[in-house]
Amino acid sequence: MTKTYPKASRPSLDNVSVSIEKGEFVFFIGPSGSGKSTIIKMLLHEVAPNKGRVVVNGKDVTSMRSWKRPHFRRSIGCVFQDFRLLPNRTAYENVAFALEVIGKTKAVARRVVPEVLELVGLGGKEHRYPHELSGGEQQRVAVARAFVNRPLILLADEPTGNLDPDTSIEIMRLLDRINRTGTTVVMVTHDSNIVNQMRRRVVEIESGRIVRDQARGVYG
Amino acid sequence: MRVKYVLSEVLVGLWRNVTMTIAMIITMAVSLTMLGASGLMYRQVDDMKDLYYKNIQVSIFLKTDVTDEQREQMDAKLKSDPLVSEVIYVDKAEAYKRFQEMFQDAPDLISAVKEDSLPPSFRIKLNNPEQYKNIYDQYKDTEGVDEIIDQSRLLDKVFNILTAIQNIALAAAIVMAVAALLLVANTIQVAAYSKRREVAVMKLVGASNWFIQAPFVLEAVVAGLIGSLLALVALIAAKYLLFDGSLKALEGLLSPVSWGDLLFVFPLMAGVGGLISAATAWTTLRFYLRV
Repeated sequence: MTKTYPKASRPSLDNVSVSIEKGEFVFFIGPSGSGKSTIIKMLLHEVAPNKGRVVVNGKDVTSMRSWKRPHFRRSIGCVFQDFRLLPNRTAYENVAFALEVIGKTKAVARRVVPEVLELVGLGGKEHRYPHELSGGEQQRVAVARAFVNRPLILLADEPTGNLDPDTSIEIMRLLDRINRTGTTVVMVTHDSNIVNQMRRRVVEIESGRIVRDQARGVYG
Repeated sequence: MRVKYVLSEVLVGLWRNVTMTIAMIITMAVSLTMLGASGLMYRQVDDMKDLYYKNIQVSIFLKTDVTDEQREQMDAKLKSDPLVSEVIYVDKAEAYKRFQEMFQDAPDLISAVKEDSLPPSFRIKLNNPEQYKNIYDQYKDTEGVDEIIDQSRLLDKVFNILTAIQNIALAAAIVMAVAALLLVANTIQVAAYSKRREVAVMKLVGASNWFIQAPFVLEAVVAGLIGSLLALVALIAAKYLLFDGSLKALEGLLSPVSWGDLLFVFPLMAGVGGLISAATAWTTLRFYLRV
């Protein structure tokens, strides 16, 4: 597929073709501006390619009507570099919010949220506000929120970008654990250390082109 | 839980920006009062037209020196005219009596008029008041006829004034509605901005569009409905103070504003207020949230 942003001199993604299997763990690496984040945005149906198709879970997302987008998003969990938590809600409320706004009852939230917070290692810190948590803990809340709805795919856009190396490793262990439950994990990162340790599939992008696609790869 | 969530969001939203909310409600109320007043006048004018046009007459005044022969010819001609439904002859004495009744509050005027100085006349009712022109053309040159006066001409002037007032009220309603609309758009933008984090998360986790928009749209609708309630209060106050108060003297002239009329315009005001608010909020959100 190809994506050219208006006003850009060259395509952000130029004739890129990637296929990710269910249950895979894939790193997208490459310098800033290489087009990694555009891939995430396309998977989320935030931008559409100019040419080519995006197929997620057997469904062609390219031609999807925008009113179907919300329902489609429920099958994808998202984690970002800046956590994107609601500052005036506790860890529990942040995760429960994600459930409640898609129509789950409070009773469901009461059952599921403590479970998933336990899973990400935040047992006992449910009622802390984001500013009372460390960066790593905040990211765990974000992961819990992304995973609470049991999505098929977890998209992580530089989830360790704001964290120190040790905390980063802990977050990666968490993502690995989630991957082992059968969830496909797609992660965009700059962090060579992590890529080298994980030894998973690595897709390297440079100037909108794929320059390397390696199973069990390392950071170039 | 979702209904409860949406309702609490609406209240929080209205309260968060309370000065703007008040401005929005006041503008909306003024606009809707004008609209309601205009609607009431529309009904009033209709009622009055019914009342007046039913009794409307064409008066054919005869010269004071008209001969009996001329008068009888005329009488026969009018009675056989297919345009005319009713003919009443008013002689000089009868004319003076009516004059006395009409101006009983002004004895000076009565004493200034001599009993036989008032002209005799035919008061005729037409089958169709619109056909006044035919009657006029037909009888204006008849011997003994002095003047033909169509009361509906006079009434038309009165009704033209009433229609003009009604149009002014409607124009004021529209101008205020534009102001209210801009205030709603602005309030919704501020509300959406102050909740941008929540909205971003909701979009991210796949909350449906209506769920994201409902609190904002309802916020505007609630303000619109409160505005229409205030407008109703204003109209009730106007009924008490104006129609039942200082304009009581004109009761015979103006048909009274009934509670039924007020109940008729309230759904109009509430509907317009609610719909305009909802449509504005929804359109604003489409641009502002791009959901």
